[in-house]
Amino acid sequence: MIEGSVWKFGRDIDTDVIIAGRYCNLTDPVELCKHVFEDLDSTFAGRFRPGDVLVADANFGCGSSREVAPFVLKAAGVAAVVAPYFARIFYRNAINIGLPIFEIPGITQEFAEGQQIRVDPATGRVINITTGQTYQAAPFPEFMEKIMAVGGLVNYASERLGGAVNG
Amino acid sequence: MGMTITEKILAAHAGLSEVRPGQIINAKVDLVLANELSAVVAIEEFGKIRGTNKVFDPQKIVIVPDHFTPNKDIQSAKVAKKVREFALSQETLYYEVGRMGIEHVLLPEQGLVRPGMLVIGGDSHTVTYGGLGLVATGVGSTDVAVAWALGEVWLKVPPTIKIEFKGKKKPWVSGKDMILFVIGRLGVDGGIYSALEFTGEAITELSVAERLTMANMAIEAGAKNGIFAVDAKTEEYVKNATDKPYTIYESDPDAEYAQMITIDMDEIEPQVAFPHLPSNTRPISQVGNITVDQVIIGSCTNGRIEDLRVAAGLLQGKKIHPRVRCIVIPGTQKVYLQAMKEGLLETFVKADCVVSTPTCGPCVGGHMGILADGERCVSTTNRNFLGRMGHVTSEIYLASPAIAAATALAGKIISPVEL
Repeated sequence: MIEGSVWKFGRDIDTDVIIAGRYCNLTDPVELCKHVFEDLDSTFAGRFRPGDVLVADANFGCGSSREVAPFVLKAAGVAAVVAPYFARIFYRNAINIGLPIFEIPGITQEFAEGQQIRVDPATGRVINITTGQTYQAAPFPEFMEKIMAVGGLVNYASERLGGAVNG
Repeated sequence: MGMTITEKILAAHAGLSEVRPGQIINAKVDLVLANELSAVVAIEEFGKIRGTNKVFDPQKIVIVPDHFTPNKDIQSAKVAKKVREFALSQETLYYEVGRMGIEHVLLPEQGLVRPGMLVIGGDSHTVTYGGLGLVATGVGSTDVAVAWALGEVWLKVPPTIKIEFKGKKKPWVSGKDMILFVIGRLGVDGGIYSALEFTGEAITELSVAERLTMANMAIEAGAKNGIFAVDAKTEEYVKNATDKPYTIYESDPDAEYAQMITIDMDEIEPQVAFPHLPSNTRPISQVGNITVDQVIIGSCTNGRIEDLRVAAGLLQGKKIHPRVRCIVIPGTQKVYLQAMKEGLLETFVKADCVVSTPTCGPCVGGHMGILADGERCVSTTNRNFLGRMGHVTSEIYLASPAIAAATALAGKIISPVEL
């Protein structure tokens, strides 16, 4: 169960704003975390509390295919991102690396910054604890559920090759 | 019921007689591309796959270090070294600095991407290759790593949006202006999860370079891929590049489209995308007075010899505005050499422009022309997100090589017509 405070974002939050291109030669998550959302709000990295949730508007993660975008969010402790819909490469990358994402049309106006949110990854049920309202995220395509069930795309590939799967 | 060209190519690579939009398929890939930034992460992920430590087919894997090369600092040098060692040990196709180019200019030039193929790449502008009548799309490093291992990728078949261009280009309108116009109309997510199929008389008139430019920016409308029909121009281009075989697919007359958009070329003036979204477009006549500090001519969007010829044609015998820094980046060594032979590099240097070795450089905020606070750049690149080319208060305006060159001369955004 995911539970935390809400951090609100607008629409078309692009991959450069999530993690600027100039940092994309960094691979250490600790280093990368320092620069998350830097060009949008240079204080964000210092203020964000691991376990909290982002609630954004449409087309979150548009732009680059860089996997560091969902990776830096996961590394910073973002427990989930909820949005009406995600840009397609970001959506795919988030699932591949295990960053929980949930699509709910119209969800943006249902939450305000600082409200408390609970997300059940098993059912896709999302609750605004502050207002008491509940919402249902769209289910993942069956194929993606299979990938998540075996613990991600790397494990899926390992199984396909007949190799032992990682924990 | 018929299929679109995108559906046919996906069906063929999935070993199916037909596919429909929304269907999830497992497809064999003809080529997996990565640059040094996506490769360094993919190498990590590849190492975690149990059951293999060799790539599925070294000849179907290409690695091009182009983003922060020639190494811009120690960290970038470390990344490049790790990637180089992997490429050499796995014996993949690998283009070292001095032999490489910007990946999406290089691969078509080298004949590595050909009609009918399925290509994935660890770079969102992999969509470029659709200009040659193949399906090409960008993926993340984990998808690259898994493709390295299995030679396959899972994909959801996209619905196709058909965009037909009727009529003829107005003066100074290029493929770049046409795609900026489309993105302005669709918005940055108007093509989300879709294939954009470009057709019409104005499309058949385009050079292969301009088709590659257009396909390059399909991702900026959120599309899965951009694609063009194969014609005599495509075949001439491909045969010039390689003897390797290819397969021509075409959309059936009764193929189904999610949307059909018709654009009259009379509607299209040269376009400029204002900060900070590629969809924030304006026709050149409505740009107003925008002074600039820097101009970039190059990139995977507009770094081909045809683009440099347009720019050189305008800069010939002139000097750029004293306040402007103009940086010209030929897309590959072959383009560089050709530009040298045609006297274009001399034109650029005599006009007070910088001529750089091929690199992605400033486009992604790496090196070779970063912006200070409050600076403005007109660029022939494909993205102008906040802070992309430097300081968070800097601004990027996207345009064609013609607008960029005219702007470098004037010190403000203008059309060549105003020169």
